[in-house]
Amino acid sequence: MTHPTPPPIPTPTPTGAPGTAGPTTATPAPMPGDTDAPTAGAQHTGAPATSFGNSHAPAQPTTRVFVPRDSAARSVGADEVAERLAALHDTSAVVRTGSRGMLWLEPLVEVETGEGRVGYGPVAAEDVDGLIAGGMIEGAVVGPYLGLVDELPWMKRQQRLTFQRVGVVDPLSTTDYLAHGGLTGLRAALAMDPAEVVETVVDSGLRGRGGAGFPTGIKWRTVLNADADLKFVCCNADEGDSGTYADRMLIEGDPFTLIEGMTIAAYAVGAAEGYVYLRSEYPDAVATLKAAIELARAAGWLGPDILGSGFGFDLHVRVGAGAYICGEETSMLESLEGKRGMVRAKPPIPALEGLFGRPTVVNNVLSLATIPTILANGAAAYAAYGTGRSLGTSVFQLGGNVARGGIVETAFGITLGELVNDFGGGTSSGRPVRAVQVGGPLGAYLPVEQFDLPMDYEAFAAAGAMVGHGGIVVFDETVDMAAMARFAFEFCAAESCGKCTPCRVGAVRGVETIDRILTSTAGTDRAQNLVLLEDLCELMTDGSLCAMGGLTPMPVRSAVRHFGEDFQA
Amino acid sequence: MTSEVVAAAPVPVPGRAQRVREIAEELRGLRGALIPILHAVQEEFGYVDPPDVAVIADVLNLAVAEVHGVVTFYKDFRRTAAGRTTVAICQAEACRAVGAVELAEHAKRTVGCDFGETTYDGRITLEEIYCFGNCALGPTVQVGSKLHGRVTPTRLNTLLGESR
Ligand SMILES: Cc1cc2nc3c(=O)[nH]c(=O)nc-3n(C[C@H](O)[C@H](O)[C@H](O)COP(=O)(O)O)c2cc1C
Ligand code: SF4
Ligand code: FES
Repeated sequence: MTHPTPPPIPTPTPTGAPGTAGPTTATPAPMPGDTDAPTAGAQHTGAPATSFGNSHAPAQPTTRVFVPRDSAARSVGADEVAERLAALHDTSAVVRTGSRGMLWLEPLVEVETGEGRVGYGPVAAEDVDGLIAGGMIEGAVVGPYLGLVDELPWMKRQQRLTFQRVGVVDPLSTTDYLAHGGLTGLRAALAMDPAEVVETVVDSGLRGRGGAGFPTGIKWRTVLNADADLKFVCCNADEGDSGTYADRMLIEGDPFTLIEGMTIAAYAVGAAEGYVYLRSEYPDAVATLKAAIELARAAGWLGPDILGSGFGFDLHVRVGAGAYICGEETSMLESLEGKRGMVRAKPPIPALEGLFGRPTVVNNVLSLATIPTILANGAAAYAAYGTGRSLGTSVFQLGGNVARGGIVETAFGITLGELVNDFGGGTSSGRPVRAVQVGGPLGAYLPVEQFDLPMDYEAFAAAGAMVGHGGIVVFDETVDMAAMARFAFEFCAAESCGKCTPCRVGAVRGVETIDRILTSTAGTDRAQNLVLLEDLCELMTDGSLCAMGGLTPMPVRSAVRHFGEDFQA
Repeated sequence: MTSEVVAAAPVPVPGRAQRVREIAEELRGLRGALIPILHAVQEEFGYVDPPDVAVIADVLNLAVAEVHGVVTFYKDFRRTAAGRTTVAICQAEACRAVGAVELAEHAKRTVGCDFGETTYDGRITLEEIYCFGNCALGPTVQVGSKLHGRVTPTRLNTLLGESR
């Protein structure tokens, strides 16, 4: 590539003035020219001395630059940034990673320095020339300089266990995976009896992260004890809930962790085959996971003789076809069998009669991806995090009208307000927060008065809400809560599998009833219809076969309860 | 999801039945092969035609009604070709919190068709999607196979203008 003529530096901040620049000056700015910086000699600003290092003699190693390939980062231009960096710097030194989860800073570029990785973000493709000219590759304080990424308050306040490698490693590098502690959990598991592995998971207190919070170890114990010619492990990666994207980010950012977790699950229960049911709305995750599975097979991490242990397990990806209900586990199994995603009545539970009638572990992506860290560090180390019966860490996802949207992994027990205000920084519109919906489209709408609620399955249930998959969607004061309640019914009507009447018909009636409430002129009509609405909600809650119909009343009732003024005509 | 079909209306493709049979036979060994087969057929032809259904049912030894039932259950499977570019706008809660409903209204007005429809000239098919997992950077719009975050009406105009 040609040498760039240095254009003006975007934000000329004096280099080497620690603590004077950037919105978050948690640490002194890394100084160019530090002793152990791998690229000593490329210090001068101006045309990067490194850019001719790629085709000529084996010069000194080029400074590595990290740009996310996460689809959220790509949606705001990360590919274009990476392309420009590759053109000006060195193609082979531009590493595509997952996202650190600070999505409001995407595209976030990181450069390796002697002290660690220094971040810049958000970076637009047009800024790259100026940033390089200003010394970004040497970690200079230039443009949207952030300092050491690991030291940013947003990162430091978290406890990343499940997401420890996401945004750090190249998702498709087996060497990176091993260098960052990968396979430690699997090796530990293979050295134990399957029953011991199951008991470790029971002792860790891990509960299903897909929504219902059922203890993972207990589920595995049932499958282990079931007698069958063939058993399966199925990963539920349907993640249809609005406001949730942690499954996607984990698969795009650290797919080997999911593969490792599923392999441990298979060993623990005696399964030979695994399936990941991944929704079609996530094409990048599908491509990354398929590629990772190929690499894992080639490395002997999957296949007939995993790590020379004699244990065999193989894994396949199945792509969904645009149906929310296929996230419900029995509906997912029907879909995996090639049928319409109609919910099955339980019992029999999938642990005993699951995929093709065989004992099957069905777990969420995050449940499975947390298994390696539990096996690597022991049950007690994991259970030391959290509160009450909600142990360990959870990956919360901030979305909607929020200033700093992204992934926060912390121990359970952090309050809703800390997440929305401290991490999220309030709304992106700058108006006051009015409501947050927690736990996806079937979760409750909560007012700011409930911001002291701790993130804890039981505390949320007691408040008529649910933690679900940990998605938190923020709305400002302009939100029309009657419209959101109406949408909850509309969504249920559109996505219902149609098997049972309370859900199939109830949701349609719900839309009608809310319309009547909003258009009624005489006060008595409205009052009557509010009673009818409550009646309908009760019927759906009690009479639906699955939680689609059973939980749709949760957003509706919470909207009426906390934001009743919106239901006046 | 991506459809690169040139024609706006289904036209019988010579040899299509033969090719559908090949696809189905190649994948029939998979567990739960039907949905992977339907995805593969749609990937190649842009939609699943009623005659395809009979061929697939034959290969899998299923009733035609069974395959039909699956095709119609899932939103991804189209029965007719899409426009040259598919524009999918997220309408789920997190995107609604930042103006996705207004963005959709703008798109419908600009493009001149509703969700689930294709413009008269076969240029654009408009679709509503519930969540791309980009909920911190909404409103989210997918144009062809490319995802865009923080899409304003102005930005959408540019994106629509580029899709010719
Ligand atoms: C309508 C509906 C949608 C669901 N969607 C998902 C989903 O997208 N992902 C998920 O893991 N679980 C989902 N679940 C929960 C699953 O049925 C199941 O409880 C879960 O996958 C079990 O895994 P876990 O124990 O690891 O949480 C859904 C449940 C219902 C009722
Ligand atoms: S509640 Fe709704 S989605 Fe669930 S089984 Fe009944 S009809 Fe199907
Ligand atoms: S709600 Fe629109 S991308 Fe998730």
